Amino acid sequence: MSLRCEPWARTDKREDKENLFSPEIRAEIDQWVAKYPDEWKQSAVMAALRIVQDDNGGYLTQELMDKVADYLDMPPIAVYEVATFYSMFELSEVGRHKICVCTNVSCMICGSENIVEHLEKRLGIKMGQTTEDGRFTLKEVECLGACGGAPMFQIGKQYYENLTPELVDSILDSLEQDNGE
Amino acid sequence: MANEVCLRTLHLDRPWLLSSYESEGGYEALRKILKEKISQEEIIETVKTSGLRGRGGAGFPTGLKWSFINRSAPGEKYIVCNSDEGEPGTFKDRDILRYNPHALIEGMIIAGYAIGGTAGYNYIRGEFWEPYERFEAALEEAREAGLLGENILGSGFSFDIHTHLGGGAYVCGEETALLESIEGKKGQPRFKPPFPAMFGLYGRPTIINNTESLASIPDIIRQGGEWFRDLGVENSGGSKLFSISGNINNPGVFEIPMGTPFSELLGMAGGMKDGYKLKAVIPGGSSAPVLPAEVMMDLNMDYDSIAKAGSMLGSGAVIVIDDRQCMVKLLDRISYFYYEESCGQCTPCREGTGWMHRVVHRIENGEGRPEDMDLLDDVTQRIMGRTICALGDAAAMPVAAFIQHFREEFQYHIDHKKCMVGGR
Amino acid sequence: MADQQTITIEVDGRKLEATPGQMLIEVTDAAGITVPRFCYHKKLSVAANCRMCLVEVENAPKPLPACATPVADGMKAWTCSPLARQAQKGTMEFLLINHPLDCPICDQGGECELQDVAMGFGSGLSRFVEGKRVVRNEDIGPLIATEMTRCIHCTRCVRFGDEIAGVREMGATGRGEHMKIGVYVEHAVSSELSGNIIDLCPVGALTSRPFQYRARAWELTTHDSIAGHDGVGSNIHVHVRNHQVMRVVPKDNEAINETWLSDRDRFSYQALYSSDRLEKPLLRKDGKLVEVEWQEALLDAANLLKNADKNRLGALASPGSTMEELYLLRGLLNGLGSKHIDHRLGQGDFRAADPVLPWLGQKFAEVENNQAVLLIGSWLRKDQPLLNHRVRKAALAGAQVMAVNPVDYDFNFSLGSQVVCTPAAMAGQLAGIAKALGADTAGVRAVDNAVHEQIADTLKKADQGLVLLGSVAQAHPDFSVLRRLAANIAEVAGVTLGFVGEGANSTGAAMLRAASDDGLSLGDMLHQGLDACVLLNVEPEFDSSNPQAMKAMLGKARVVALSSHVSPWLREHADMVLPIATFLETAGSFVNLQGDLQSFNGCARPAGESRPAWKVLRVLANLADLDGFDYESVADVREEMLKSISGVKPDNRLPEGDTPGLRLEESDLQRIGGTPLYHTDMLVRRAQALQHTPDAWKASLRVNPALAQALGLEDGDSVMLRQNEGELTLPLAVDERVPGNCVWMPTGVPGSELLGAGFGAVSLEKA
Repeated sequence: MSLRCEPWARTDKREDKENLFSPEIRAEIDQWVAKYPDEWKQSAVMAALRIVQDDNGGYLTQELMDKVADYLDMPPIAVYEVATFYSMFELSEVGRHKICVCTNVSCMICGSENIVEHLEKRLGIKMGQTTEDGRFTLKEVECLGACGGAPMFQIGKQYYENLTPELVDSILDSLEQDNGE
Repeated sequence: MANEVCLRTLHLDRPWLLSSYESEGGYEALRKILKEKISQEEIIETVKTSGLRGRGGAGFPTGLKWSFINRSAPGEKYIVCNSDEGEPGTFKDRDILRYNPHALIEGMIIAGYAIGGTAGYNYIRGEFWEPYERFEAALEEAREAGLLGENILGSGFSFDIHTHLGGGAYVCGEETALLESIEGKKGQPRFKPPFPAMFGLYGRPTIINNTESLASIPDIIRQGGEWFRDLGVENSGGSKLFSISGNINNPGVFEIPMGTPFSELLGMAGGMKDGYKLKAVIPGGSSAPVLPAEVMMDLNMDYDSIAKAGSMLGSGAVIVIDDRQCMVKLLDRISYFYYEESCGQCTPCREGTGWMHRVVHRIENGEGRPEDMDLLDDVTQRIMGRTICALGDAAAMPVAAFIQHFREEFQYHIDHKKCMVGGR
Repeated sequence: MADQQTITIEVDGRKLEATPGQMLIEVTDAAGITVPRFCYHKKLSVAANCRMCLVEVENAPKPLPACATPVADGMKAWTCSPLARQAQKGTMEFLLINHPLDCPICDQGGECELQDVAMGFGSGLSRFVEGKRVVRNEDIGPLIATEMTRCIHCTRCVRFGDEIAGVREMGATGRGEHMKIGVYVEHAVSSELSGNIIDLCPVGALTSRPFQYRARAWELTTHDSIAGHDGVGSNIHVHVRNHQVMRVVPKDNEAINETWLSDRDRFSYQALYSSDRLEKPLLRKDGKLVEVEWQEALLDAANLLKNADKNRLGALASPGSTMEELYLLRGLLNGLGSKHIDHRLGQGDFRAADPVLPWLGQKFAEVENNQAVLLIGSWLRKDQPLLNHRVRKAALAGAQVMAVNPVDYDFNFSLGSQVVCTPAAMAGQLAGIAKALGADTAGVRAVDNAVHEQIADTLKKADQGLVLLGSVAQAHPDFSVLRRLAANIAEVAGVTLGFVGEGANSTGAAMLRAASDDGLSLGDMLHQGLDACVLLNVEPEFDSSNPQAMKAMLGKARVVALSSHVSPWLREHADMVLPIATFLETAGSFVNLQGDLQSFNGCARPAGESRPAWKVLRVLANLADLDGFDYESVADVREEMLKSISGVKPDNRLPEGDTPGLRLEESDLQRIGGTPLYHTDMLVRRAQALQHTPDAWKASLRVNPALAQALGLEDGDSVMLRQNEGELTLPLAVDERVPGNCVWMPTGVPGSELLGAGFGAVSLEKA
């Protein structure tokens, strides 16, 4: 068979798409859909997953993935593939603040192990775990492209660089203060 | 002689604004092209003359790449920018996006013009939220100024640029994996041929360039191919952004001429931190073979010089390793990275990266076996040149090089079940 | 391909001819040069992921995958040079490091591509001392057993779903070493072609579940045969051990089934050994069927037939009977003085004469070239899965596939214009299309529908097109009218008219019918009644388009049944049941929908004392003192049979004559019949694994949400359906595919025997 470059086929397209997400979420996804050729709605799958993940407290459920599949006329398995391939998608519950700590080579040289140790001690959890109060999740991540500021981590959309245990404490303190929202 | 191309606006207050960029000659190249109706051939020739080579790591001549596309083919043709900066040690494109997004936008428009392109996509890694917002704001500025979108500057030429955000996968930095990712799939590289210039995004002719490459284009056009070429040295035209990190006083991004001695670069970066001595350097991102300090101190930062020493200039990511670092432990971490980031599609990489990592990890943890180093050497040979994309090579090269240059440290780990450095 | 030039390449020193655009592996395969591979498959897209087919190519710095390397004139390649071998062995080692050493308990053992290639390219000793990967299995349904630890990630099964089955159910989730092939959210796969991934899987990750742990590959003998459950006539290999059928797999035949097999044809063999398989003749004594010796049963049967009033003697045969069986049955009846024989058990309307020899109207391969296809009363995807595959290929190539159906049946491609209407409205809709074309509407009042113009236009514009009448149309009480309208539409639009019959041999049965004088049709027999009736391979409660009419007829007749299985109605109505061999146990021939007569031999020993039906029929004729039944072998029968049909040619033209009026009227509530794919014949209904798939009819009465709401009913409510003679209580199922004012209750499924014709007025109430 020759080269193929077609969107995944879905024959049982869902008609009532307005029932899938809130108008705000749909508008946000539609903005992304508009960037791509008409028949390539599925190009927006990563954006759609990110949007519904953010809206759902930072993680995806099967139901949400299925809705994204319905919304973009994709076979559900194609959405699962994407969601399980990219590391920024979470498939189980995470804390309100997901702390993504880089431990790759530059950060390691600059002492990321101390930062990890400090975080684990302060939060009382290991990497990959979530605090009991659901506030923090610690996640080891690969290079985030900020090696000049090593060691570093990312919380939400924000990078924090040139970390020291003291700086980590003040960052976490400020996050704990606005835990009301 | 620093910051002459991509970081030209860096000295300004709020360098990312359109006004800042224009105050430094921004969009002059585009205006000139559109006004004087400079031909596509001439632009491509200028880029060829400049000696610009792909700044993402592969170093393929940019002008030559552009010439592969059939410009007169009907239908959509795309320019895709690779801002999926993920090679450990590399952090230069992030600075371009943050501090000089307009250079990239202008570069993409010119590239689009040169290949008869209809639209551009900039693939920014998903973690780069701040750079993404900067870039989006710059796109908006450019559109409002009539520099982007329908009928640019009244020239009749239309071209728009969209951002695509990644989701956390190193392999998407590979150009065809990146295309797959834009198409809403897993980022699994395609086999080549066909090359993207023939069969790229959505099956259409496509040119994919790195952020820095594209951001260099406006100045190449504005100041001439020769001007750019002469900034650098033979076979390595222009200046380049070097990301330098490690236990040094002033880590960061430095835009300096190609061919600058490594020792000078280290000096610009403030030299080694107090009490640390230079032990080794990874000169081009974590996949580039490591070089011992004494070799590195004699090298210049250009493609040929580094290649002659057995490594690669790659993305220009210089990881400085000091004498307190255990090379086994560093390789353990690096090999874990490639194991973690292998897409899983093809056999040697899917199976081999895990195998290499486990063996290195065992050695690091005092469970090495006498045959392990030979085994690792052999496994790297079975991966290199056997995979669909370059990730297999990227995973195997550091393993081979660490063992080659620091064999005694590995041997010590295997023999003594502990580390030679610091006695752990 | 206009001017296909030829280029020359050199492989291992041999000069080979090739076509530009071909991949190297296609050329080496054609030349018989072995290049090891796992992910490459001739019918699937190229993945180039296994890296097993790496070969050395001149001027290439590294070995290249033969499956993804296009040939170029003058190219030189070496498939077993030191560099190629080193690369192949390297890949082999990587494939084996995480592969379990469980060959002794693996069903794939002995026919495993990994095992075979490892013999040539693997090392006897592993250098891998780390822990091996273990992968959790998913239950993907009753047909396919999974052992995903064995998976080597070739993605053939994944590509099959997307590219062939048309439903992407399997996928590769996760990444790197953790990438996992599966469905991710556990569920039974729904494709009617799913079993093909068993054949595609190069290792023991996906194996046949019904065959699991039943036999080793090397204990099996292979017999070639023809699949017996639809009109495609797929070529099969039947694997037999100790004279028992152990499994069925496809045999390549590019003109028919290509390399595929439908699940129905693959797994129905299980019925051969079901608990109600008849192993001894049964004879009614003192009102009860008791086991007797063959001699007694045959004598009694011959006497019964001899003494029957020849004008009130008839025979009904399954359209899955072989040519030889049907020929002898016809001979027997004719010898006894009767011409009343019919195989059209599912047909709902006999008022107008059939075409001389209804057939598909095109060759299967031609179907792929249609630019427009109009399906009328057809769930082609489930009725004829591999014919549907051809239509799907046409659709993927840009053809518009349209439909006029009483249910919004799901297809594995996107339909163009579609009309979903009540069964009673179908004729009016077709008349609308005919009207849009300016064709005669056969006296039917055309319904207004904007879609008609589109359908008409699409058909008219197509250089090649097909109007296909399906099994639902055939069962329709106004089939004669639908058929006339379809013929008018096809004629004016300048496209082909085609029929999809029932069973494996309806085309062949029609040939025999065309070659001799016609007696009463099934419809007439049911209407007028019979004194004596021969049933060949018929399960009367499920094989009839009107079970209650069938029951009434059988209740008043003496019944001689030849059957492999004994169903409750046979127990109740037959005077004797003579156990016969199934198609897998006897020699015979089928004629498929494109008119190929394909003969086969018996593959396994008939169960118990059952005998090939052709022998039973011959003996019956002998015992009835008829001349000319001296056949010594099935070949003798075949020879004579072939002579008798030599003048019969496929011909879909409708005979002249008036088209009858419509019988089915719009009513408050009407039934939608049709027979679902796993209820089409006696064997399929007894194939256990198939009966546990999502495609097995779930006992229910299906209505659309609006109707359920209007009736105040909810999904799962117990409801009673009444249809003149009978009634039936089942749970209600809400189903958006059903049009308003209809209840979807098929024929052929449990409970349907309590009702009448598949279509007609019904009422529904809460039970």
